[in-house]
Amino acid sequence: MGVVLGAVVIALVLVTLCLGAFSLSVPEVFGALTGHGSRSANFVVGEVRLPRASVGLLVGVCLGLSGALFQAIVRNPLASPDIIGITSSASATGISAILLLGLSGFALSGIVLAGALAAAAVIYLLAWRNGITGYRLVLVGIGVAAVSTSITSYQLTRGKITDVQQALVWLTGSLNNSTWSEVLVLAVAVVVLVPLTLALSPTLDALRLGDDSALALGVRVERSRLVLIVVAVALAAVAVSIVGPIGFVALVASPIARRLVGGGRLALVPAALLGGVIVLASDLVAQFALPGTSLPVGVVTGIVGAPYLLWLLTRTNRSGQGG
Amino acid sequence: MAGGHRPTSARRRAVFFTLAVVALVVVCALSLAVGARSLSPGVVLNALTHYDPNNTDALVVVDKRIPRTLIGLLAGGCLALGGAVMQGLTRNPLADPGILGVNFGAALAAVVAIAVFGVTSPSGYLWFAFAGAALASVLVYVVASGGREGATPVKLALAGAAVSAALGSVITAVQLTNTAALDSLRFWQVGSLAGRGTDVLTQVAPLALVGVVLALGLGRTLNGLALGDDLARGLGQKVAVSRLVGAVAVVLLCGSATAAVGPLVFVGLVVPHVARYFAGPDYRFILPFSLVLGPVLLLGADVIGRVVALPGELQVGIVIGLVGAPFFIALVRRTRLGSL
Repeated sequence: MGVVLGAVVIALVLVTLCLGAFSLSVPEVFGALTGHGSRSANFVVGEVRLPRASVGLLVGVCLGLSGALFQAIVRNPLASPDIIGITSSASATGISAILLLGLSGFALSGIVLAGALAAAAVIYLLAWRNGITGYRLVLVGIGVAAVSTSITSYQLTRGKITDVQQALVWLTGSLNNSTWSEVLVLAVAVVVLVPLTLALSPTLDALRLGDDSALALGVRVERSRLVLIVVAVALAAVAVSIVGPIGFVALVASPIARRLVGGGRLALVPAALLGGVIVLASDLVAQFALPGTSLPVGVVTGIVGAPYLLWLLTRTNRSGQGG
Repeated sequence: MAGGHRPTSARRRAVFFTLAVVALVVVCALSLAVGARSLSPGVVLNALTHYDPNNTDALVVVDKRIPRTLIGLLAGGCLALGGAVMQGLTRNPLADPGILGVNFGAALAAVVAIAVFGVTSPSGYLWFAFAGAALASVLVYVVASGGREGATPVKLALAGAAVSAALGSVITAVQLTNTAALDSLRFWQVGSLAGRGTDVLTQVAPLALVGVVLALGLGRTLNGLALGDDLARGLGQKVAVSRLVGAVAVVLLCGSATAAVGPLVFVGLVVPHVARYFAGPDYRFILPFSLVLGPVLLLGADVIGRVVALPGELQVGIVIGLVGAPFFIALVRRTRLGSL
C-alpha cells in the first residue's frame, strides 16, 4: 500500500510541476529539473512549482502523521489537532501577529509555532489530574478552541478590510508563495520527527490496547504518552506555522489510511503519505477549479473534509467508539 | 457546584433569589451609566425622567444604552435559560449553544443571507441566523445521539466541535470570495451588544418570550427526566412530548439570542451551573435563577468590555470567552462528569 501511495504522490507532484498559467510538458519538466530546460521553464519549475509541491507534500506528511498519532493516543477517531484546540490556538496567534504586528514570513512562523506549542502545553497541564485521560484532553482542548475562536473573530473586527482579507487567506491555509527556505524547515522537521515517530510505534500499539494492558506489557504509560503527544504536537505545529492552519487533513488522513490498509493496524506511513496526497490533490483543485482565481488550499480540504467528518461522526457513534 | 446535592432550604433560596435580582438591577444601572462617556447616576435618572433630545447625555442614555441594556437582558436570559433546559434535556453538564455548534449554524445562515440574497442589515439576516441555529442544533443532536449510550457529554461536545469546524470552513470559503460578506459578518460574528437597535429587539422579543414561557413551565418535566427516561415514564410523564417541547423552547431561546447579538459561547454553560449552586438540584428553581443570572453575567461582561479598552471597547463575546473558559475547564476536571 505504501508503494501505491508513493506512486500517487510522485504523479501528483509531476502534475503540479506541469500545470499552471505557463503549462509545461513532462519532458520539459524533466529538462528543467536536470537544469537543461529553457530559462523560463527552469525558473517556473525550480523557483515556483517545485517549492510549492515540496511544501504541500511535507505539510501533508506532517499533518497526516500528527492526526494518526493523536487518534491513537486518545483512542478516538475524532481527536485531531483541528478539533482539540492546537490548530485554533495557532490560528489565534497567527491572526494576532499578522493584524497587530504586521508580521509575515519566518517571524510569523516562529510566533505561530510558539503559540501552538504553548497552547498544547496548557491543554496538557489543564487536562492532567492523576494522569491524562483521552476524554479530558479532548474536552479541555475544545474549551481552549472556543476561546481561541473568539480571539480570532475579535482580531478580524479590528483590521482594515483589505488586511483582514489577506489575513483570512493565511487563516485558511495556502501554498501560494512557497519558498525553498520553507521547504528546508519542513524537511528538517520531517527528518527528525518521522523516524522518531516510527521508533515509538510499538509503544503506541501497546497504548492502543488500553492503559492497563500497556502497563502489563511494561510500558511506562504516562511518560510514553507525553513523548508521543509532544511529537504529534510538534508535527502539527511546524506544518501550521509554515502554511497556516489547513483544516481536516490531520483528521481524515489516518482513518482513510487504516481502511486502505485494513486489519485494524496503525498504518503510520500510509497515513503520512495520504496526508501528502490530500494536500497535493486539494491544491491542484484549489488552483484550477475556478478559472482565473487561485483559492487557498484550505478551502478545498475544508469543503471536502467537512461532509466526510459528519459521516465519520455518525458512523463512529453508531459503532460506539465516539466516546 | 459542590453544593448541588445539598438540600437547599426555601428561606436560603429566597435570600439568594433576592440577591440575584438586586445584582441584576445593579448591572442594569451600570450598563446605563458606564461607557466611553461615563455618566453619574443623577444624570442617568434625569435623562430617563426628563428626556431632552438636545442633551447629548440624554441621547446616549435613551438611544444607545437603553436598547443595548434591553438586548443584553433578553440575550442573557435566553441563553442561560436555553442552556439550563439543554442541560436538563440531555442530562449533560457540558450542554451549551456555543459548544454544541448552534453558533456556527447561525453564522453560516447569516453568510448565506448576505452573499446569496444580498441582505445587508443585522435585522435582515436575523431570521436566517435563527433558522441556521435551529438546523445546526438538530444536526448536532441527531449526530451525537447515535449509538447505544445516546448523547454522552463527550459525544455531544465532539459532534458540536466537528459540526462547528465543518460549517466554519464553508463560512471561510464564502468570505474569501465575497468581501461584502466578510465585512458585515466579522462584526456580527464576534458577538456584541453594540449597534443593535430597537428594530432588532422588537423582532426577536416575541419569539424569545414564547421560549421563556415554555421553558419556565418545564421545571417539573426536567426534574422527571433527571431521574432517567424510564423512571420519568414510570412517573407518568410523556417523555417524547416533553423532549419535543423542550427542544422547541431551546431553539426559540438560543435562536433569538444568537440572532440578536451574534454567537456567544459559555453563557448557556456557566449560568445554569451557578444557578444550580444557589438553587439546589430542583429545576423549578434552577430555571428562574438562570433567567435572572444570565443577564447579570452578560451585562456585567459587557460593562467590563466597555471600560477595559477605552476609548474603544472589547466586544462582550471575547470577555465572556475569557471568563467562561476557565469555568468550562474546571467543570471538565471534576471527576464525576456524568452525573448532573
